[in-house]
Amino acid sequence: MNSEGGVRSFDSFATSLPKGERRNPITHTQAPVTTGTSIIAFEYDGGILMAADMLGSYGSLARYRSVPRLLKVNDKTVIGCMGDYADFQYLQAIIEQMEVDEACKDDGFQTTARSLHSWLTRVLYNKRCKFDPLWTTFVVAGLDQDKPFLGFVDKLGTAYTDPIITTGYASMLATPLIRKAVEDKLKDKNEKLTLAEARKVIEDSLTLMYYRDARASNKYQIAIIPSNGEASIIEEPKTLLGDWSVAHLIK
Amino acid sequence: MFRNQYDSDVTVWSPAGRLHQVEYAVEAVKQGSATVGIKSNTHAVVVALKRASSDLAAHQKKIITVDQHMGVSISGLTADARLMVRWMRTECLNYQYARDSPLPIGRLMNMLGNKMQLSTQRYDRRPYGVGLLVAGYDSKGPHLYQTCPSANYYDCKAMAIGARSQSARTYMEKHLDEFSDSDLNQLVAHALRALRDTLPAEMELTNKNVSIGIVGKDYEFVGYDDETVDPFLNLLDPSERKGRGAPAGPGVDGDDAPPPEDGPGGEAEMEVETSAASLQL
Amino acid sequence: MALSMMESNNRLIYNDAGQGPVQHQFSPYTDNGGSIVAIGGPGFAIIASDTRLTSGFAIYTREQGKLHSLTNAAVLGASGCWCDVLSLTRLIQARMKLYKHEHQKDMSAAALAQMLSTMLYGRRFFPYYVSNVIAGLDEEGNGVVYSYDPVGHCDKNMYHAGGSSGALLQPLLDSQIGLKNMAIKPTAPLTVEKALQITKDVFTSAAERDIKCGDGVIIRIITKDGIREETFKLRFD
Repeated sequence: MNSEGGVRSFDSFATSLPKGERRNPITHTQAPVTTGTSIIAFEYDGGILMAADMLGSYGSLARYRSVPRLLKVNDKTVIGCMGDYADFQYLQAIIEQMEVDEACKDDGFQTTARSLHSWLTRVLYNKRCKFDPLWTTFVVAGLDQDKPFLGFVDKLGTAYTDPIITTGYASMLATPLIRKAVEDKLKDKNEKLTLAEARKVIEDSLTLMYYRDARASNKYQIAIIPSNGEASIIEEPKTLLGDWSVAHLIK
Repeated sequence: MFRNQYDSDVTVWSPAGRLHQVEYAVEAVKQGSATVGIKSNTHAVVVALKRASSDLAAHQKKIITVDQHMGVSISGLTADARLMVRWMRTECLNYQYARDSPLPIGRLMNMLGNKMQLSTQRYDRRPYGVGLLVAGYDSKGPHLYQTCPSANYYDCKAMAIGARSQSARTYMEKHLDEFSDSDLNQLVAHALRALRDTLPAEMELTNKNVSIGIVGKDYEFVGYDDETVDPFLNLLDPSERKGRGAPAGPGVDGDDAPPPEDGPGGEAEMEVETSAASLQL
Repeated sequence: MALSMMESNNRLIYNDAGQGPVQHQFSPYTDNGGSIVAIGGPGFAIIASDTRLTSGFAIYTREQGKLHSLTNAAVLGASGCWCDVLSLTRLIQARMKLYKHEHQKDMSAAALAQMLSTMLYGRRFFPYYVSNVIAGLDEEGNGVVYSYDPVGHCDKNMYHAGGSSGALLQPLLDSQIGLKNMAIKPTAPLTVEKALQITKDVFTSAAERDIKCGDGVIIRIITKDGIREETFKLRFD
């Protein structure tokens, strides 16, 4: 006998909450909160260049003006993230811990861009299958057996590789710019873009995004992943000014 | 091997600092038929001597594929090996599924070592009664590992385990310098000669009692049996395939008593490159 | 309605702004396009896919083939929700390896066909949103084509068109390969050359009308001698 009079009280589960109080249903992310916008990345003749601005938007509010959206995973791998910034930080913590664990093994093996890309594909797909997505789109850049690797993964686990990858509004605005630069150079000289040319194209693209994407800002970072064996770097943040000489026409 | 009062359980130490149950498991490996592994700069090869439990039964399988880049040759309890290989296959499959690349050999050996250690420290378990020679190839080149029931594992250039395997190790110590630059055929020939040295005088290597496993650069792991080993056996003159050792003692095939030369510590003698903390054997 | 204006209290209100938070509705599915055509004949089977991967009006990449060689006698073509395609094909690869370890041989086309059906049905209540076609050789070495719905219904055919242009191409194949409703039917058996020509023609047609189809075609020709690959250019717009 227990205090409720029954031999065994099955409804003790139901009465474990105070009377009148209801437990909320389990909720999943159904919308992003603090977000980052486009990622731009493409191959040049000596590796891969990737860029992202540093704005964390809260809806239409330009809430955080200096958040890095590029992450150096190791000397040969860099990722960039568009979408929910909290989800990015959650995965960032996991990825950084994986790298530490791997460094501790000290067996000479290092996560390649291809294997990180594949892993992200699985993680994001598994979350989508639980209807609890990580609201992000990742661009993975790096070297796989000394060849440039550039891959895309979105919140569903949709994935592909391509020499030019852009996400969000940049896929509409910047891609044509980059393709033209790459194809013109190929047609004229049968060569790929040099680092200087690639940097010019990526800065033009960022300027364009700053002009036309209301969720973009003028503070940005560029990552370089060279294919000559040197370590990849994420450069210090820069600020672009843009050309506002037409502004005096608008009163 | 005499029973003593400290061998009732794996968790019981002897005053001399030995774990008798673990050592008995190591004995099981020495009772299995011999197997030999060698690696060069490009390939890793395992060869094994197969036994049939009776004239009515087929020869026991000795070489098992784990993944496209890895295979094992076993000595000891076949049943234990089957379970271990199944586990290794699952690990390789999972890694490939998640990471889109083959599981590095050394990583798998580390995980296997940890798994095997558990059963040397728990009262409700027994150590695995099998030794493996693992031949694999990954982005760091070919690998050859040896595992023991004691959960020690060794990164080797060449190794032999099983009955009368000391003779094979003697052969390989003598020719150690030749392996790294050998081509595939030379490597297999070395392995077969080392295996041959474990045979008693009245036996010879045939396509019935020899298995070969090869893995290497642009060479997925393949296990060869029966007719498919003929091209490799032909690398040796017919006279070279004959056993040269002492005639097998009572209980033929040397599977009853461990050969006297396989004393404690024998397993670890060829250990090179890296060494796990060695259990006093 | 997104950009239209409404008048309320003599004020213009833009429907897409300021009327509460933007609502995102998570959908686990998307359509990434992709079309597959497979034709079986005496002693051969061919299977082809386009190489365009899309998302709405955007092209993700122009170089994404959708064929997966499974064995020396079977090729899978899969398109639809690309994340499901990737996951399904990975699982198939793993299951095939398990089979090979267990049975010491490659899976036959018929075994693969059955396995795919059960794998798809295994997700009956959260389906893989994928249009699958397997082309391969049967035990006699003749071409077979298996086609599927997303939840595992399997149909054995001599030809099939699936994916975004499936509905556009199937009638064409019914006419040209199936020779349906023809008064005078040719008697000569189908040749690889003829099947290849028809495949190229139907893809060229599909690229004209289906925005999700274009850029290029990858064709795999399966015979007893193995698998041969051909590529073919499509509209690049």
